[in-house]
Amino acid sequence: MGWARKILRVDLTSGSVKSEPLNMEWAQQYLGQRGLATKYLVSEIDPKVDPLSAENKMIMATGPLTGTAASTGGRYSVITKGALTGAIACSNSGGFFGAELKMAGWDMVIFEGRSPKPVYLWIQDDRAELRDAAHLWGRTSWETEETIKRDHQDPQIRVASIGRAGENGVLFACVINDLHRAAGRSGVGAVMGSKNLKAVAVRGTVGVSGIRDFKAFMAATQAAKKVLADNAVTGQGLPKYGTQVLMNVINELGALPTRNARDVQFEGARKISAEAMHEKRPTDGKTHLVANAACFGCTIACGRVSQVDPGHWSVQNSPKYWGANGGLEYEAAWALGAADGIDDLEALQVANMICNEDGMDPITFGATVGAAMELYEIGALTKEQIGVEAPFGSAKALIEMAHMTAEGRGFGQELALGSARLCEKYGHPDLSMTVKKQEFPAYDPRGVQGMGLTYATSNRGACHLRSYTVASEVLGIPVKTDPHVTEGKPALVKAFQDATGAFDSSGTCIFTTFAWSLADLAPQLDAACEGGWTVEKLAELGERIWNLERQFNLAAGFTAKDDDLPKRLKTEPAKTGPAKGLVNQIDKMKPEYYEVRGWDAAGVPKQETLARLGL
Amino acid sequence: MKVTFKAYAMLADHLPASARSTNALDVEVPEGTTIVDLIERFGLPRKMCHLVLVDGRFVPPEERAGRVLRDGEALAVWPPIAGG
Repeated sequence: MGWARKILRVDLTSGSVKSEPLNMEWAQQYLGQRGLATKYLVSEIDPKVDPLSAENKMIMATGPLTGTAASTGGRYSVITKGALTGAIACSNSGGFFGAELKMAGWDMVIFEGRSPKPVYLWIQDDRAELRDAAHLWGRTSWETEETIKRDHQDPQIRVASIGRAGENGVLFACVINDLHRAAGRSGVGAVMGSKNLKAVAVRGTVGVSGIRDFKAFMAATQAAKKVLADNAVTGQGLPKYGTQVLMNVINELGALPTRNARDVQFEGARKISAEAMHEKRPTDGKTHLVANAACFGCTIACGRVSQVDPGHWSVQNSPKYWGANGGLEYEAAWALGAADGIDDLEALQVANMICNEDGMDPITFGATVGAAMELYEIGALTKEQIGVEAPFGSAKALIEMAHMTAEGRGFGQELALGSARLCEKYGHPDLSMTVKKQEFPAYDPRGVQGMGLTYATSNRGACHLRSYTVASEVLGIPVKTDPHVTEGKPALVKAFQDATGAFDSSGTCIFTTFAWSLADLAPQLDAACEGGWTVEKLAELGERIWNLERQFNLAAGFTAKDDDLPKRLKTEPAKTGPAKGLVNQIDKMKPEYYEVRGWDAAGVPKQETLARLGL
Repeated sequence: MKVTFKAYAMLADHLPASARSTNALDVEVPEGTTIVDLIERFGLPRKMCHLVLVDGRFVPPEERAGRVLRDGEALAVWPPIAGG
């Protein structure tokens, strides 16, 4: 068994903590992490609950491979009803916290209610207690982690916390663990903040035991590691250049949403790319990139460690930002850069650090800044309202807006609501680049058609990590498809969505899928867990999870109308590049997608589909 | 005729030093030059040329030896890479 078979239930209202056995019947149907925690959540809360009320619950969940010898087996997810979206939220994070939680002997922690005062949860193996967090409230994630380690005199404690953004009700607040890793999207940190839960600190020395067939498990995990090492993408490309290497690729393809998706190519893309991170700066002769880094158990190591130019105007008087720090990934570099028309790599790194420090999703934050800049350019917002001149391209505006949002002051309180609410308030709802109130990431659906369907149908709002068809449409993994055509895309999106659901429930990282398929994951899971985990069972698992999430969203009030893209992507053709003249044809793909999914024309799963999946 | 050659990530090592800060340079080539001709001119290892775009459009491996470049086109080449 890869499962610890034990969950921790924390009633924040009463302050009680108790251990419960894991529902093993559900574990056979939903595996772990995303799937299993979603099953718990939807069974325990009213779908119509206010996400920021005491009646919402929040679950931190590991998968059966979390904390094991499987490559990338360090993942955990935060599952709740999203503060930004009002839809099901599941945000996945790496680092070391998830493995530590598992090694303390817990599959998941369920938080319910609301604490009358700020607290943090302290877990030391099988002991758990809520502790006063008055001295942590008002502090950043970085300060919180440092303080907890100092208080306990143990540098090996792992901490997941909210920064000031989560306290201040920023609707796209993250949960930050290990300083630079984030359960990033949909506002899971805002939910945590609404519960007066500042942090979860864990020290696990029990380890992960009870692997079903240890010999087979070691053979399967070693074989899978060899697949990652031998693959040029996971063995060479990702460790050396990280995800940021996509900046020039996507720009060349004419699919880089630029200046709030007014454009699809950014003239400054090269300056904020992975290639630029490897170059020596003229100012101090050092490269932006210091090293790559790996999460727990990962043999890919795509993470970036960067060091900003200490002479840059944005940090001249802030030594805390001068050291090596969590670096830009592709999505953050795009959102803080191209989406806002900004090509100052140092400023992007500083904004990225602020997002990590105070726990904000850089995708939604950066895209919201882009929307605010467009509102400013068309005269719907003024300098007096924002507090700073905010034309596209202004790095100064970006940095100032990052500070004011994280700290909850001035116009930052409006940025904190995300672009959908901001644009609605100022009379231009169509300028919000969102689906289900969540900003779409770094692939323009006019140039990559499948990503339009991906965004429109994602259960957690616009997202690339629910079906990354870029792998196929751009990179040729597993097979190359034409990014400009819609034929075959509904089936492609469904296949990616279902496979992703299985990976997200296992404890491993989705980036393994550049080399692994379900055929590489299945033997590892099957050796770890009872239940006969075949490729077919995993594909069905992914489909079951997708429909379970869909049912929750429908019950929460979402309809087929919400499976749609911003008007701009459907009516304003790409101006330049190979996709010039194209819009996204979501209306053509959506009916076929519903059919492939076994849903009716209104996007509701048919009875036979639910029956087939045991729902 | 003149075309633009772009090489990214580790393939940029094959560009002249002066072109590495932009990953691109304009080159004079004879009529009839194919994608493979230009890739070989710069000494890029063929098996590392994974993603090949001409003016942003993907050219599959089997067509690269026969695809003749036209005046003004941009050929961009990447090794196996990915993001997310």
